[in-house]
Amino acid sequence: MEVDSPNVELRPISCDLGHLSRSDGSATLTQGDTTVISAVYGPGDVRISKEIIDKATVDVVYKPKTGLPKCEDKIKERIIRNSCETIILAGLHPRTCIEIILQEMQNCGSFLACCINSACLALLDASIPLKYLMGAVTCCVTNQGDITLDPTLREEKESVAGATFVFDSKDHNVITVSTYGTLSTEQFQTILKTCREASKKVFEFYRESMLKKVSTCV
Amino acid sequence: MRETPLSNCEKEFILSAIADRKRLDGRQTFDYRKLKICFGVDTGCCSVELGQTRVLTQVSCEVTEPKQTRPTDGILYINVELSPMASPSFEAGRLSDEGVELTRLLERCIKESRCLDTESLCVVAGQKVWQIRVDIHVLNHEGNILDCASIAAITALVHFRRPDVTVSGEDVTIHALEDRDPIPLSVHHMPICVSFAFYDQGKYLLVDPKLREEKVMDGKMVIGMNKHREICTLQITGDMLLLKEQVLRCSNIAVVKVQEITELILLAVDNDKRARKEGKKFGFAESIEKEKITSHHTESIDIDLDQSTSQTVENEEGTGVVGQGGKNSWLMEDDDEEGEEIKPETQTTTKSKKKKLNKEEGMNF
Repeated sequence: MEVDSPNVELRPISCDLGHLSRSDGSATLTQGDTTVISAVYGPGDVRISKEIIDKATVDVVYKPKTGLPKCEDKIKERIIRNSCETIILAGLHPRTCIEIILQEMQNCGSFLACCINSACLALLDASIPLKYLMGAVTCCVTNQGDITLDPTLREEKESVAGATFVFDSKDHNVITVSTYGTLSTEQFQTILKTCREASKKVFEFYRESMLKKVSTCV
Repeated sequence: MRETPLSNCEKEFILSAIADRKRLDGRQTFDYRKLKICFGVDTGCCSVELGQTRVLTQVSCEVTEPKQTRPTDGILYINVELSPMASPSFEAGRLSDEGVELTRLLERCIKESRCLDTESLCVVAGQKVWQIRVDIHVLNHEGNILDCASIAAITALVHFRRPDVTVSGEDVTIHALEDRDPIPLSVHHMPICVSFAFYDQGKYLLVDPKLREEKVMDGKMVIGMNKHREICTLQITGDMLLLKEQVLRCSNIAVVKVQEITELILLAVDNDKRARKEGKKFGFAESIEKEKITSHHTESIDIDLDQSTSQTVENEEGTGVVGQGGKNSWLMEDDDEEGEEIKPETQTTTKSKKKKLNKEEGMNF
């Protein structure tokens, strides 16, 4: 199947770090109009039922904007938790709990990617030891086989398939993949390549934000 | 995680400061903290910051059956979520006593003051009415959640637009937001809660107590009032007794505060409406201050795919590989002896191999 030249552009990104006073680290991330607030507590005391004796428990709570968390929200929560568990050096803080709370503010497409990036920024802000950073990018395929990077909600609805990839910042290997719809092998490889390139820009953004934040202290 | 308690010397310090008519953040006794209201892209979505206390509210609607006792009235539902984000002591999914008290007070202030015209929410009497749901998420707890939440709830209700409905005979059509302009709710008045903290048996009083001031107070009085000077709620909690004059004095302070806040809300709603009309940018993305040192912004980034150096490994058709790829090693016949044993060519070789196998087994034992 022929793949056309993809529409590759990341929407404007902005972030605000450490604006919540109670949590140990917090971040608001907006990608386009999609906005997620995340906060990190920890390493702190853990409930005995959740305690793991040789590493920290990573607990992720995702809060939707309306109503109680539904099944799909729980799946999202699980994906985010698994990604975060991969990057956190949990062995350094045994028998503690690192709690990550995400609040949906506005969903305008590529929501999961925004959640994961926001969680990563909050972890950075809370100075939790990490193996590497993670950067998430969403890509979707339209009916005609065109590829859209960082789709808006409308583009996502019109698409037939898509995927969210999470990469590590060191070797740019895949940490997490979440797909919907049917993708051919070529399409999958193309969007993987596109997302990998885009994730490098996300890491650049992380670096610039942190540079700016610590610029006065250094 | 448990809440960190306040130490005795901290308590004494705060109380002695209050006795000297001083407050921790330099405010006067009757001053509110800085109030900031911003709206999301969706209607009925707003975030209110009162100092560092922060609340997010979203109003949503759906068509349901009315209550049997009130077949022509719409339903207003208020839900307060004390998210664990706000304070480490809040737990997800469990409603604490504090949460129940907040929900009840907001219900009394907004629902029972009948500020929302529920009769206008009726679609077909006895069959279909709109249910309006207000979800209030507390994001950061730095004291006086109630005032912040009540401002957020009423602002969101004023900002919200519901889809238009037409009824012809038995058929009810709900028009999509693109087809017909959505309709605002009819809000009669805007009740706002004002909290007063009392110290030293009601001798000292503070408006809008922050978290540490809340922790050392004797008791609290909440007045829910609208700008027409009508009291919608009044609640006194804590172990203290108040005189009639004190209650009257508080209600006079509340009048001034409510006027100020109502004006601010109307201004914020008006600004947002104008921005939408003129096609300017709106939403949370615009509300992040870009000059701050902790915030950062980039414009749209083009991804140049030609420069990409990363190589994706493409495998032959039908290969199932985990990891970096490579040659398929599944179901391959090995060249060792056991593989040959399956198809013995001559009697003698099998015998010799059986001997060998026995030897190996023996060695294993």
